[in-house]
Amino acid sequence: MDVDAIREDFPILKKRVHGKKLVYLDNAATTQKPKQVIEAIKEFYSDYNANVQRGVYEISEKATELYEGGRESVAKFINATSSKEIIFVRNATEAINLVANAWAKKNIGKDDEIIISIMEHHSNFVPWQQLAIENNAKIKVVGVDPEGHFKFDEYESLLSDKTKLVAITHVSNVLGTITPVKEIVKKAHEKGAMTLVDGAQSVPHIPVDVQQIGCDFLAFSGHKMLAPTGIGILYGKKEILEKMDPFLKGGDMIKEVHLDSTRWNELPWKFEAGTPNIEGGITMKVAIDYLNRIGMPNIREHEKKLTKYALDAFANTKGIDVYGPRNVEEKGGVVSFNVQQIHPHDLASILDEEGIAIRSGHHCAQPLMENLGLVAASRASFYLYNKEEEIDILINSLKKARKVFRLE
Amino acid sequence: MYTEMILDYYKFPRNFGTLEKADIKSRDTNPLCGDEIEFQINLDENKKVKEVKYSGKGCAISQAAASMLTELMQGKTVDELKKISKGDIYDLLGITLSPVRVKCALLGLKVMKIGVYTYLSEEIKLDEDEK
Repeated sequence: MDVDAIREDFPILKKRVHGKKLVYLDNAATTQKPKQVIEAIKEFYSDYNANVQRGVYEISEKATELYEGGRESVAKFINATSSKEIIFVRNATEAINLVANAWAKKNIGKDDEIIISIMEHHSNFVPWQQLAIENNAKIKVVGVDPEGHFKFDEYESLLSDKTKLVAITHVSNVLGTITPVKEIVKKAHEKGAMTLVDGAQSVPHIPVDVQQIGCDFLAFSGHKMLAPTGIGILYGKKEILEKMDPFLKGGDMIKEVHLDSTRWNELPWKFEAGTPNIEGGITMKVAIDYLNRIGMPNIREHEKKLTKYALDAFANTKGIDVYGPRNVEEKGGVVSFNVQQIHPHDLASILDEEGIAIRSGHHCAQPLMENLGLVAASRASFYLYNKEEEIDILINSLKKARKVFRLE
Repeated sequence: MYTEMILDYYKFPRNFGTLEKADIKSRDTNPLCGDEIEFQINLDENKKVKEVKYSGKGCAISQAAASMLTELMQGKTVDELKKISKGDIYDLLGITLSPVRVKCALLGLKVMKIGVYTYLSEEIKLDEDEK
């Protein structure tokens, strides 16, 4: 894997911030875009911008074909059985809200139980918490051990005939923990529960196969995998999606409309009301082609190497606490840490002056932060274009921050 | 941005702590970073600040700014407290802040004003940045 050649494809990586080379280590928040994706957006608006599904003229037909091509490409990427199982939404959050509104509202009732983990991002936590309040259902939370591993025994003990849904993240956006989703799904199905996997931090970074995992739903976002913001994906098993009512109602999602009744459109359009994010759908294919050309297993190996390098470097630096698993086989390319006696926001400001972009705060995972006894933490997260020398720059800047705060 | 003075106030905060009994008490958090600040104020018979303490946890900017604010408040009437502006806080800190960090700097001011307006039973008036 030629990282220098890959970096050439990302115009932003040549930019300077505060006179310093940009060191972008906030890939769990959003990733940078290669020129292939940027060009494809430009091409759409310059050459064939038109609405999709309706127009009987050349540029609309082309836009429709490429938009649907994006869907095909997503289906193959996660090994769905059909592109009918791929619903385009705005982001992973909307995908989860779609399931909460169009499936869970009807199927989860009084005293039914939803199992989540303490690692969930607010997007896979708040919709279920609110649904439980509305429908008088209960939320059961699986904890993590001190190193941040999913407590499988606890999960098994929480499962019961009352469990109607298990909604679990595949990779924690704070700890990087990879959860055993295949086994989690298997156990849930034995109890007749539905399963949703939050793949926002896994699909962009590790090979994901929905048939192998067996989950009923998978949610993820395009902008975390080289595509633009505003395009997300809900994968759902066809037989389940077919039984569900639509989430949003309006144009495009209908087959026939009469004064007193409406027939819903077929899958997947039943769930895509109104004009969709056309450029987003089209460029999903461009982004996926890019990832496939490099190879998902290669990207995973590269991130493992970077994560190990970072964990070793943190361990050899004075005054740093690191959270989450230490074994990179059990961890995505995410390292959360704190420099002792420096608030993460102060640290992020000092690093910003060095051109380094990291995340600081609660990472939209307040229940987990509370569980870890933290108000906030810093997070470095990697992708295919990051290099070990960028981690060196990070470590040197952490030392510099300690000097600024008179800690060395 | 981390001047000697800001670090000094961060590490050795002035007026940090709580009062046994306070005329004015208020607390708020910055949802972005979870920083929290509480202000406790005692007034004398002329409605002037007699004692003020702040407590909380957070970044150097929010904590230093709150501590500096407590010094500025000494001896002021409640009406004068209402007039303390974000410009006064910037002057105290003496640095330029990015838009995100402005929220940190102004958290203490916001909490103090919530307390004062509540004490006066008046509708709270805040600058856009202080909200």
